[in-house]
Amino acid sequence: MATAAPTAAGFQDCRNIWVSTLEQLAEADPRIVAVVNDSVGSSKLNSFQKKFPDRVVNVGIAEQVMVGVGAGLANGGRIPFVSAASCFITGRALEQVKADIAYANFNVKLVGQSSGVAYGELGATHHSIEDFAWLRPLANLTVIVPADAWETAEAVKWAAAHDGPVFLRLSRMPVPDLQIPNRSFRPGKAETVRQGGDLTIIACGTTVHLAAAAAERLATEGIAARVLNFSTINPLDEEALHAASATGAIVTVEEASVRGGLGGAVAEFTAAHKPVPVERVGFPGFLPTGSVDWLFREYGLSPEGIEAAALRALGRRG
Amino acid sequence: MLTNDKIPLIKEKALWMRRAAFTMVHRAQLGHPGGDFSAMDVLATLYFGVLNYDPKRPDWADRDRFIMSKGHATGALYATLCAAGYFPEDWLPTYMQTKSLLNGHPNRNYLPGVETNTGPLGHGFPVAVGVAIAGQLSGAGYRTYVLTGDGEQQEGSNWEAAMVAGHRKLGNLTLIIDRNRLQQGAGTEETSGLDPLDDKYRAFGFEVCEVSGHDHAALLAVLAAPPGDRPRCVIANTVKGKGVSFMENVASWHHGVPNDAQYEQAMKELV
Repeated sequence: MATAAPTAAGFQDCRNIWVSTLEQLAEADPRIVAVVNDSVGSSKLNSFQKKFPDRVVNVGIAEQVMVGVGAGLANGGRIPFVSAASCFITGRALEQVKADIAYANFNVKLVGQSSGVAYGELGATHHSIEDFAWLRPLANLTVIVPADAWETAEAVKWAAAHDGPVFLRLSRMPVPDLQIPNRSFRPGKAETVRQGGDLTIIACGTTVHLAAAAAERLATEGIAARVLNFSTINPLDEEALHAASATGAIVTVEEASVRGGLGGAVAEFTAAHKPVPVERVGFPGFLPTGSVDWLFREYGLSPEGIEAAALRALGRRG
Repeated sequence: MLTNDKIPLIKEKALWMRRAAFTMVHRAQLGHPGGDFSAMDVLATLYFGVLNYDPKRPDWADRDRFIMSKGHATGALYATLCAAGYFPEDWLPTYMQTKSLLNGHPNRNYLPGVETNTGPLGHGFPVAVGVAIAGQLSGAGYRTYVLTGDGEQQEGSNWEAAMVAGHRKLGNLTLIIDRNRLQQGAGTEETSGLDPLDDKYRAFGFEVCEVSGHDHAALLAVLAAPPGDRPRCVIANTVKGKGVSFMENVASWHHGVPNDAQYEQAMKELV
């Protein structure tokens, strides 16, 4: 298994590949439509709208009906991709996501854009760091957080082909390709970014490349950290978590609240099966205003911060 | 066939459905009989006079859709779907029993004929708008009907849905409001007034008709009328608990359940 080698060059805004992939799929499958809440631009759907003007359903600034319309379009035989800022499609329409999509088990793809702290300076109303905790308990809903452009494309293709509700959590923050050779996208399975047996760093989305960089730093200290790209948050890859517990210490990293998200899930799982030290890197609650870069550094979502968390976890293991 | 020829069948089915629903509620000692009975004549008219469906093919792409947005009125919905042939009569006594397919609120994954899961109010109308948009996009000929309670209109999601339906001129969509003027605890106008409901929907771009929700001929005329160039809103003026003397217009029968004597009394009246 290769080691990820993030570089400054080649960072990509994954929304570009999200929309080019969706356009390719829509060319081939006339059932695919986009549903938006006045979010054509923020969802990067302008070119999609030009190509398929009658296949964009813009309900205006109205998230509840947006999600309900998604369920209705699925009832009518369409494959809707319902796309809006993650903070609104989840928080504002959470009961619709629960009842109309997950519980009713409609073939709807929800796409949370600009998730996490992408809208850093706009403040906590626009941060979407609670979404993992809100969505993770919803049965039937597969929650996927792609880590780079390649995985974004694969996740969009898989979502279109999968018969069931999916939530794709996308970012507008550029990320590097993980450069893992011979990859295949396996929903529900963690991807090994780097082998190692001294501890396991479990990351998702925009933080995977940071976890890989942290593992590089740990390697120079003689610590072999396994790095997992845990891109499916629901359902959990329990086999990977059992194996992570066996390494004796775990660090979780997410651009989300540490309460109830990926860190919460891993802590729940290990406490129930094989308790090991778990250090959770993420956000504690409502955040001050600040740029994305500042928020990431301030809360330890950085190679240095993840390295420090790893050393704490190893220290607790004793 | 003249539409009025359908009236005897609708009447017969409405009576059977009222008896079936009250029997379910009595047996379960759970349910929402007041709202079941206000909606029953609308349902009987739709399923035995208006809708194009095949209970043997509940997923038939071109079926007309009916969405029960007031999902708590499952006594009415399940009695209707049973009468329409979606499932056998011997399922009805399982209503709200442990692991029954006849849940307190409908689940499309359990029960044929249920178009979407409802229960929390203000969900069915937005979904119906999506179904109607799908029909509009593909040019399919099916029609979509959705029934909400009147108290349910207090949920803001309905007005998001109304705005979209009016904007897109969804002529294939009919919203029916069960206007019994009572919600769980009191009158709608005492709680958070809805009137003038007709003007509100006209302002949102709907063609509005107001009819007696217990007059089968009047309901048939408006519900079976050909689609127009705008969505239609049918305000069905109804009586909560209609058909059973002691339930009529009594708010507490929203989720009241009958004792044995009340059940016997109702069965005597429902003939």
